[in-house]
This record gives sequence, structure tokens and C-alpha cells, in this order.
Amino acid sequence: MKVLVPVKRVVDYNVKVRVKSDNSGVDIANVKMSMNPFCEIAVEEAVRLKEKGVVTEIIAVSAGITQCQETLRNAMAIGADRAILIETDVDLQPLAVAKLLKAVVDKEQPRLVILGKQAIDDDANQTGQMLAALLGWGQATFASKVEVAGDVATVTREMDGGLETISLKLPAIITTDLRLNEPRYATLPNIMKAKKKELAIVKPADLGVDVAPRLTTLRVDEPPKRQGGVKVADVAALIDKLKNEAKVI
Amino acid sequence: MANLVIAEHDHGSLKAATLNVISAATAIGGDVHVLVAGHNASAAASAAAQVAGVSKVILADGAAHGNLLSENAAAQVVANAASYTHILAAATAYGKSVAPRVAALLDKAQISDIIKVIDADTFVRPIYAGNAYATVKSNDSVKVLTVRGTAFAPAATSGGTGTVESVDCVADSGVSSFVSAEVTKSERPELTAAKIIVSGGRGLGSGDKYREVLTPLADKLGAALGASRAAVDAGYVPNDYQVGQTGKIVAPDLYIAIGMSGAIQHLAGMKDSKVIVAINKDPDAPIFGVADYGLVADLFEAVPELVAKI
Ligand SMILES: Cc1cc2nc3c(=O)[nH]c(=O)nc-3n(C[C@H](O)[C@H](O)[C@H](O)COP(=O)(O)OP(=O)(O)OC[C@H]3O[C@@H](n4cnc5c(N)ncnc54)[C@H](O)[C@@H]3O)c2cc1C
Ligand SMILES: Nc1ncnc2c1ncn2[C@@H]1O[C@H](COP(=O)(O)O)[C@@H](O)[C@H]1O
Repeated sequence: MKVLVPVKRVVDYNVKVRVKSDNSGVDIANVKMSMNPFCEIAVEEAVRLKEKGVVTEIIAVSAGITQCQETLRNAMAIGADRAILIETDVDLQPLAVAKLLKAVVDKEQPRLVILGKQAIDDDANQTGQMLAALLGWGQATFASKVEVAGDVATVTREMDGGLETISLKLPAIITTDLRLNEPRYATLPNIMKAKKKELAIVKPADLGVDVAPRLTTLRVDEPPKRQGGVKVADVAALIDKLKNEAKVI
Repeated sequence: MANLVIAEHDHGSLKAATLNVISAATAIGGDVHVLVAGHNASAAASAAAQVAGVSKVILADGAAHGNLLSENAAAQVVANAASYTHILAAATAYGKSVAPRVAALLDKAQISDIIKVIDADTFVRPIYAGNAYATVKSNDSVKVLTVRGTAFAPAATSGGTGTVESVDCVADSGVSSFVSAEVTKSERPELTAAKIIVSGGRGLGSGDKYREVLTPLADKLGAALGASRAAVDAGYVPNDYQVGQTGKIVAPDLYIAIGMSGAIQHLAGMKDSKVIVAINKDPDAPIFGVADYGLVADLFEAVPELVAKI
């Protein structure tokens, strides 16, 4: 069974981004870029399913600029077998990404697509659900446990009040949450091997997808700054402040 | 203009998050209708009809909605969406699962996690873990939105004069089915609705210590309990305790951060709290940068003392 894993190149999670002084966006020039952490979890899960003998081939896909090739090489170093870059300079929004991925799914016919639940740059949390809708497939968002047996995936999901387990008929979409697994580090030999794996490049037009943005960002602002407060000397002083100054207890 | 709010409920009652979404819809303007897709859910529908600002409730009652599966919920919304300019859901696990499906089926963009309504087409939403606020305009004829609850005061649960109209329930999609649920039991207030939150991080050291040290404080203050990702990953507490960029977004009157460093991903979930207290033994911990009151101390001494003296 083939698995498709969409991976996004994003600003590294350790970087605190700054808003540009002209309020046109955030400044990501010379900032460290990495694979979105939830996508790493997705790749890892696919590799584990392959190690269990459930999956035969893992295809990593990324949509975006040329540099996304690095992200795809990284996915292949973790264990993806080959990669597809959908290359474009257009600012891609989740609906456009979902349409591009649908076109790849139509061509590659995977039984499972595993995505991150959320990209930590746009914080959209949309693409997997949109892809599932476009394909008419079932979805399990926020997965913390995945089991695949025959034509069924049983997935435990992180919900607001605990956990929920659902079963999906394959083909299906899964999006990953933090507790699904801990991604392995790519080893040097695997990084070298990844350089030789196949990386195909296509354009949105080759896939017949219109990726024109539907949303316009008018401006980007700094959030209101929170003033750091005071340090209190001891517990008694803290209680005094909470009772008499803040009046919250 | 007409708004359709996708209700979140447990069939018998409305979830509090829906009230914040109704406020956001009211801020957009025009009619506010609520769709309740459930099974034996007339109680949730009548509760929705009484919410201030709601003029109509659409009840889709049927077995297909018994387990609130996203596929069926989204199909139901689309079946009843024809006359609406805005479709809104809460930015909760349920809303986040359903709304993007609706948007894709309608071929419309979604704007996630709005915190402000500028006008009917323009909304503000946080990006990059809340380190930037984007003002986003939609060029689509229908706007699909998810709403960050902490940014909109809840609508009053009474005063509404909505009518309940029943519609046909969609057929089950057949592609997904419910197996089981493991609900975190708690007598405490819900994290996202609590006035006070006591939140613990890796500094607690274990689940036993987390409970031993924090429970008495939460009991005394009538507070909800929260946690950092590190505390959840280490198994101190269940996943639904996690506050942050990729967990729950909270804004209580008082947030007490205990034994946590204050990573940007955590701050993203709690920095709109009215008053923040931090207890940490490291004077340089970033959490002190957002805390109104910081106490540099060993939490295993400070918290019991706090419980004794409050
Ligand atoms: C994709 C992604 C998403 C994430 N999402 C979230 C999220 O939603 N929410 C979240 O919280 N994190 C999230 N994180 C994780 C985040 O980056 C941090 O790793 C995490 O918040 C750290 O948790 P902590 O503060 O409990 O642990 P640490 O950073 O280890 O801090 C422990 C603190 O406890 C203090 N301490 C230790 N012992 C004592 C003592 N005896 N008395 C007093 N103080 C003591 C230490 O000084 C230290 O400051 C995410 C990370 C990634 C990559
Ligand atoms: N440009 C992209 N290329 C490949 N995958 C993407 C892209 N954008 C989003 N995704 C996938 O969709 C997930 C959720 O992203 P989002 O909906 O933007 O929060 C990510 O974790 C990826 O798996």
C-alpha cells in the first residue's frame, strides 16, 4: 500500500518571528527554515507503518518554492522513498494546497494520506480536512495512535475532553498530533542515501490546478505587548498582590 | 447578510464555545441562525433558540449525527448552507474538524481562529504562534470562519426568541465510524471557560507530584487545571490539559504557571490572561517576561505555603 505524506517548509519552531516595519508581513529573510514539526511526525508514522509491513511505498510531497526540495530530502532521509515538489512562487493557501494534493492523489492512488494537523506558520489547521472533503474520503484529525489492518485504519484522536477512537475505511486521511510518535533523527548514511532518491518536480499548471489566493492579507501587526510585571519577595507578598492589587482571589 | 453557526453540543446541551461563536456572528451583522446536527438533540436545539441574538435554529436530527462524525456534520452543513454569507464554527477540536471540510465542499477559503471582526469580509487572526496578527480579507462570496473563543464574550443563554425548524438528516457517509471514547473525568470548571487556571509544567517532575502539589491549590481557588506540552508528553496529565499554540487557548482572570519555562508555544495559549502569576526557581525563565507577579522559588515549598496561607 502506498502512503502520501505532504510536508511543509516553515520557519523553525525555535525562531520568534518579527513583524516587518511596513506591516506587510513577517520578516523571514535569513531565518532558519525546517520541516513543520507535525509533518515530521507524519513522515515518522508512515515509516513505522512501512517497518510493520503495512506500507510498501512512501511518497513525500511539498508545494512551494525551489527550497522545499531541502524539506523533501529531509523527509527521504527519515525514510520516504521518493518525493514530488509542486513548484510555485505563489503564496499558497490551504484550499489551493488541498487541490494540488488531490491532483497528486488522483495520479498516485495512495490508500492513505498522512498530514500534519497544523502548519506552525499559518496555524491554519485546514489542509487535511479539505483534502478529505475534495476526495470524499473519511478523516481522522489529531491522531495520537494509528493502527492499520486490511482495509481499515483505527485511529485515536486527541479531543477537547479526552480521547476518541474512530475507524476509517481506506482510502482515508489522517492528521497527526504531538503524541503520535517521536520522530527519529536522520542519520548521516540516510541523509546521503536520500540525495540519490527520486525527486520529481511538477508545476501547478501541469496538475491543472488554479492556485490563485482567495484571501488577501491587508496588513500584519505586532500583537499588543504584555508588560512584564514585578517579582514578589515571598508567598505572603504574592497573596497580598493578588488580593489587594489585582483583586483576582 | 446571514450567518450560520455550526453548534457544538452533546445532544442534550450546547457547548459553551458555541456562545462565543454566536457573538462573533452578531458582530458580523445580519441574521444569526444555528445549525444543530445531532441525534435526539431537541434539548440542544431549544437551548440554542434561547441564546440572545439567535433568530432561527435548524435541527438536523438523526442517527447519522449520533457520534458527531465530521463527514456527516460537514455534509449536513452544506445541505443547508444555500442562503448564508458566513458559516462559523468554534476553533475547537470539533469545529476545526468540520469547518475546513465545509469550506472545501463549497470551494471557499476558510479563515481560521478569528479574533476580531473588522467588517463582513475582513477579519484579524493570529499567525506564527500569536507572534503576529494578520488582517485578512476574503474575496469569496461565502466566508467560512472558525472563531477563537477567548476573543469574543459569550452570548447570553437567555433572551433569544429563535424558532426551531427541522430539516432532513443526511445519510451516513459510510467512510468513518465511532469506536470508543475515553472522556477525562473532572468536577472542575472547563479549561476554556474557567476564571482561574492552575497550570503545571515539567518542573512538577511526575504525575503524582503534579496531583499532590497542584490539586489542593486548584481546589482552594475553584480553578481548572492546565499543563504544558512537556507535562502532557511525560504523561503527568491527559492530552486535553495542554495549553498552547497547538493545545487549548485560554484567557482566564488568573493564570498561575508553575514549574514551566514559558516557551513561545505555551505563551501563545495563555498570554491574553488578565493576570499571570509565575512560580519558577529559575529567575531567568522566559515566563517571568509575561508574568504580572513572579515568584522565584522552589515550587515544592512555595505552592504548599500558598495553599496554607490563601
Ligand atoms: C510543534 C510544537 C508545538 C508545541 N505546542 C505546545 C503547546 O501547545 N503548549 C506547550 O506548552 N508547549 C508546546 N510545545 C513545547 C514547547 O516548545 C516547550 O517544549 C514546552 O512548553 C516546555 O514545557 P515546560 O515549560 O513544562 O518544560 P521546561 O521548558 O522543561 O521547563 C520546566 C521549568 O520548570 C522549572 N522548574 C524545575 N524544577 C522546579 C522547581 N522545583 N520549582 C520551580 N520551578 C522548577 C525550570 O526552571 C523550568 O523553567 C510545542 C513544541 C512544538 C515543537
Ligand atoms: N505547501 C504545502 N506543501 C505540502 N504540504 C502542506 C503544505 N501546506 C500544508 N501542508 C500539509 O497540511 C498540513 C496542515 O497545514 P495547514 O492546514 O496549513 O495548517 C501540514 O502539516 C502539511 O502536512
